[in-house]
Amino acid sequence: MKNAMLWAIARTFVPLSLVAIGGANAILPGIHHQVVDRLGWMDSATFANLFAIAQAAPGPNALVVSLIGWHMAGLAGLLVASLAMFAPTSVMALAVGRLVKRMADVHLLQVIQAGLVPIAVGLMLASGIVITRAADRGWLTATITAATTWFVLRCNRNPLWALAGGALASIAAMWLGLAG
Amino acid sequence: MSKTSAPAAPGSTLIGRHVNRRELFLGFLKVGLIGFGGTAPAAHHVIVEDRTWLSEREYASLLGIGQILPGANTVNIAVMIGDRFQGVSGACVSVIGLLAMPLVILVILASLYQHFATAPGVGAAITGTAAAAAGLVVGTALKMAWRLRPTRLAIVFGLITIAVIGGYRLPLVEAVAIIAPLSIGAAMWEHRARERMR
Repeated sequence: MKNAMLWAIARTFVPLSLVAIGGANAILPGIHHQVVDRLGWMDSATFANLFAIAQAAPGPNALVVSLIGWHMAGLAGLLVASLAMFAPTSVMALAVGRLVKRMADVHLLQVIQAGLVPIAVGLMLASGIVITRAADRGWLTATITAATTWFVLRCNRNPLWALAGGALASIAAMWLGLAG
Repeated sequence: MSKTSAPAAPGSTLIGRHVNRRELFLGFLKVGLIGFGGTAPAAHHVIVEDRTWLSEREYASLLGIGQILPGANTVNIAVMIGDRFQGVSGACVSVIGLLAMPLVILVILASLYQHFATAPGVGAAITGTAAAAAGLVVGTALKMAWRLRPTRLAIVFGLITIAVIGGYRLPLVEAVAIIAPLSIGAAMWEHRARERMR
């Protein structure tokens, strides 16, 4: 049973990691689709909560995958999910890093980058749509999401301030009896 | 374009700078520890300013490669820097250093969440944090789109990606496997057209 779960974790995240252009925030729709809709490992709200915890911790955003592994199968799940997310792409980075050092064809790299950047940004926006829906509980959460969007666009402060602000606003609203 | 006239290969000026495995581990441990809210600024600070492993230029070219590869950018950078200084073992200690502290902190946070999830204040805090985290993703994407000054073709491919993944929710792996080569092909065509104009 447990091995089956570990295998399922690996099988879910290895293919997704290979298309995570621009990091894990590109593949949130794919992760959400797999773990919520297809495999039924958690509901949409839990997914949003795990994502929030991963954002609040230091380190790459891709650690949300490790956290899902932990949530499903404890320490073994954490390790398998982390390996699935980071090992194949690290091998790829190693190979490409060496290749580029030799050929040093900067132009080709720039053209590939020009082709991939719009996809990375498009994926990130699609991720924003999916995670906004998952985090949605009504007017309060919608306001917080809109406010942090504005915060990121307008100032270059550490995003941790926005996360803390969202948490405090939500607690304050609860105390004031504004939202359940 | 010629391959021989490119002495400024990313990392080629690193010869002479020696960084051992212990330094790599500790450096990336620091990146992981101070990298709240995304590791990109922390990585730049430690690698270029604090430890001076790479020059600004060398770092920018590595970042460029790290960004177009799949996976977490900072992990990709850790792999490439570790490999350049100490080979495969250097890459391994760099990645382990980078992920060690964040994973420990993550497990502590997740355990706290599981224990106190039912407490009313905690539930509200997490709900608010999740909504804020969603805003961070949307805001960062919009900011990137704005700053990149995309060409018309790039806008088209960006919109296709949003529609296919965010709107129609087609399977992400397959969709990207189809869109990415098309977009690179289009960028190549655009590049050639620009060369011809000159």
